Amino acid sequence: MQAEVKPHTVAYDRKDFMTDQHVRWCPGCGDFMILNTMRKVFADIGVRKEDFTLVSGIGCSSRITYYMETYGIHSIHGRAIATASGVKLANPGLSVWVATGDGDCMAIGGNHFIHAVRRNIDLNIIIFNNRIYGMTKGQSSPTSPEGLKTKTAPGGVYERPFNIGEAAIGCGASFFARVPDKDYKMLEETMHAAYKHKGTSVIEVLQNCVIYTDGIHEQITSKETKDENQVVLSHGETIRFGKDDEYGLVLNGMKLKKEKFGQSIPDEAFLKHDMHEESSPFHLALARMQLPEFPVATGILRQVEDVSYDAQVYNAIEAAKKYTPYKSTSDLFMSGNTWEVK
Amino acid sequence: MAEPTISTPVNKVVVRFSGDSGDGMQLTGSLFSQSSGLAGNDLTTVPDFPAEIRAPQGTISGVSSYQVQFGGTEIYTPGDKTDLLVAMNPAALAANLKFLKPGAMIIVDADEFNRKNLKKAEYENNPLEDDTLSDFRVIKAPIAFMTKEALKDMGLDTKTIMRCRNMFALGLVYHLFSRPLESTVAYFEKKFAKKPEIAKANSKALQAGYSFAESTEINALSMHIPPARLRKGMYRNIDGNTAVAWGCLAAAEKTGKTLSLCSYPITPASEILHELSARKDLGVVVFQAEDEIAAVCASIGAAFAGNLSLTTTSGPGASLKSEAMGLAVIAELPLVMVNVQRAGPSTGLPTKTEQADLFQALYGRHGEAPLIVLAASTPDDCFEFAYEACKLAMEHSTPVILLTDSYLSSGNSPWRITPPQELPDINIPEYKGAPEDWQPYQREAEYLARFWKYPGQARFEHRIGGLEKKENSGNLTYEPLNHELMVKLREEKIARVAKKLPKQNVYGPDSGKLLIVCWGSTYGSAKTAFTELLEEGHDSMGFTHFNYIKPLPENTGELFSRFDELLVCEQNNGQFAAYLQTQYPGLKIRNYNKIQGQPFFVDEIKQKIRETLEESEYAG
Repeated sequence: MQAEVKPHTVAYDRKDFMTDQHVRWCPGCGDFMILNTMRKVFADIGVRKEDFTLVSGIGCSSRITYYMETYGIHSIHGRAIATASGVKLANPGLSVWVATGDGDCMAIGGNHFIHAVRRNIDLNIIIFNNRIYGMTKGQSSPTSPEGLKTKTAPGGVYERPFNIGEAAIGCGASFFARVPDKDYKMLEETMHAAYKHKGTSVIEVLQNCVIYTDGIHEQITSKETKDENQVVLSHGETIRFGKDDEYGLVLNGMKLKKEKFGQSIPDEAFLKHDMHEESSPFHLALARMQLPEFPVATGILRQVEDVSYDAQVYNAIEAAKKYTPYKSTSDLFMSGNTWEVK
Repeated sequence: MAEPTISTPVNKVVVRFSGDSGDGMQLTGSLFSQSSGLAGNDLTTVPDFPAEIRAPQGTISGVSSYQVQFGGTEIYTPGDKTDLLVAMNPAALAANLKFLKPGAMIIVDADEFNRKNLKKAEYENNPLEDDTLSDFRVIKAPIAFMTKEALKDMGLDTKTIMRCRNMFALGLVYHLFSRPLESTVAYFEKKFAKKPEIAKANSKALQAGYSFAESTEINALSMHIPPARLRKGMYRNIDGNTAVAWGCLAAAEKTGKTLSLCSYPITPASEILHELSARKDLGVVVFQAEDEIAAVCASIGAAFAGNLSLTTTSGPGASLKSEAMGLAVIAELPLVMVNVQRAGPSTGLPTKTEQADLFQALYGRHGEAPLIVLAASTPDDCFEFAYEACKLAMEHSTPVILLTDSYLSSGNSPWRITPPQELPDINIPEYKGAPEDWQPYQREAEYLARFWKYPGQARFEHRIGGLEKKENSGNLTYEPLNHELMVKLREEKIARVAKKLPKQNVYGPDSGKLLIVCWGSTYGSAKTAFTELLEEGHDSMGFTHFNYIKPLPENTGELFSRFDELLVCEQNNGQFAAYLQTQYPGLKIRNYNKIQGQPFFVDEIKQKIRETLEESEYAG
């Protein structure tokens, strides 16, 4: 039987998760919102403070470990997910969170990302996506948009970027959400949902870097344009966006198409969001939507129930213990051909 | 025909079973080893099989062999050359002639020496009929025919019958060494409990071989090897990789810790991963990671979470793990990395043995990153040193690298099954104060170990990581003097482990002209060479062997000072010798290096020692 994360009745305040360390991010950085939300969620979620472990890699995002008053490992570049996997398998009774960035997770740590998602190990992975290497001062990242001028692409990026949602869902992710850093309410709800989800939860936060990519998500997140450029998904509801929610999505052949409600297309032809649908093509299509043809989808794109890897590991251990003739190392060592020297 | 060298009384014998990959030679050899163990002999074995999974049948490249040296004295190696070869086909004969002592005995299945098989073995003429084997005593046994005869009434198909040829051959050899058949028959009955006719066929073939020998010249050659004087207790044969796995299991059981193994498959270390994957029944948590880096990082995570944490690999994997080993050093977490060395660099000779990862273990990390390095010396003491690695890691809050190698991993030797109460205690430093007074990098006074606190323990929440720590508090700091202090503290922590180590022993005279020095798996050949020379009357040399590489035992320098010079024998280009020179400047060191992917032969080392003694006499 797998150990469950123990519930508790202690009343925590977000201040209980503050450390005495000075927070060293640039003023105005999107990371502050993530930190504050994380403190609130950890206080409210119903897990004892000592049963959290927060693991990070290297980069601005990964400093967050030092600012959360619980157990934490600030590991090495790209290896947060691998390190966190060891923690979770060693003690499945812990609520294990990963803080990582677009460089840390999708470049140097890409292999660990795809395999964690494939296995469906119960980790909550928050990817701070500012589409640039911030801490090392402005090199292109795997999510830097084509044309972006960076230190390593002074004439503009010509590599094709990763779409994190597409990568995750393509690898079989059971949970993927995309959240703008300004929307603390959405992030809070999403983190609660990720905690409840048994398996790998991937949350991409569209995070602003005030120094190198200031405003890079502005078209999606600003008050003025977000109604047009962002579609907030809600499970079971018809997908709607636009100033007056006048637009929706329909299927055109094997493609999505943006259409206006109340015109030639009957209402029932407009797509409803079903995040629990097991087959992934629609979730992939939603993850792929880009400006200017489509608004960018946020909220929980996909959440499907599946057995987690850690549960499988412990189920296998329990099953093996049941049928084995070995109850101790002595039983094992004395099995097979032995002889006595007198 | 030459006189047989196997004549009574002898004290040790080397037997080599050889046949096609499909002839069951590994099983035959291991059953013979079992019977030698039961007879009270000490022994060491080595398998030699094709690198290909399925080599062409009957050819020289498809030959599979199993060599065992057993005796009434302590046996440290599988033997340089063979006294008795059992060759099941012409290819096995052709492949093994170079391993025979002059005058050795050869038992062949004469029925297999037909034109087809001779051609596959690249023989133009039948070597049983010309003078190819005139230096040896050859016993031409009609093994295939006799096996068929013995099993003809059992209603079995020819293929099944022919699969019992190896047991007929084993019966012959059992007779030669006066071995009882009962335990092997019992083995068949257990192994083939669901196929009693197969059990019976194997038993009958074994019996038939034994009886056949009685009626031939083998009868006249029968001999008895007396039992060795081994320590009282229960024994079994064990290979180095299994012994590593079991040593870690024992350490987990002793401390009540769960064992986590996070590894990636690599030759020749994979069997540790296989064995522990089968030990879910003892609660082992095994993670086959996506790569070597993930494996070591997950191990660090498991150690942080409070498990006894192990990662296993070979040289190329150890290279990939080196950045993360630095994290384990600065995080001061208990972690055991086993490197089953193989010949490098790069892919090198992946199935061959070498000791060339010593520098990597000692120095192969960026920054000042000291850790404990141990090396096992025999297949069975891989158990002891795996246990010791776990013990030191947990007692000193540090990563430990245990070096074994390809030779130890696949070799077998009898292991005295250590009763749990004989295992040394593991005393993990315990924090006894109030939680509010605890700091992540405070240290216990004697050995400077950090106190291990982990998730789930209330009021000890803390953060660790790769950034430099403030002494005691563990907070991040760039203070120049703190960094220097922490570097020195980490070095001092490892240095202090020496206080706990057993004294380094010298065998033979405790002072003199020459000290033979080796480490790790070179032990077997070097010790045998030394012992034989001592018996031959060379009394101006001593012998010492190292299992503790970093730190070295405290009396090492004093011990060296009692000899005029050192002869360091190792399977690399002189790494241990160079390391000793840095630790004890001014030593007069001679190197004896073998870098051929195979272990030293006893005779090679004897020869080298003789030469060195002669030279130093002229010089002195």
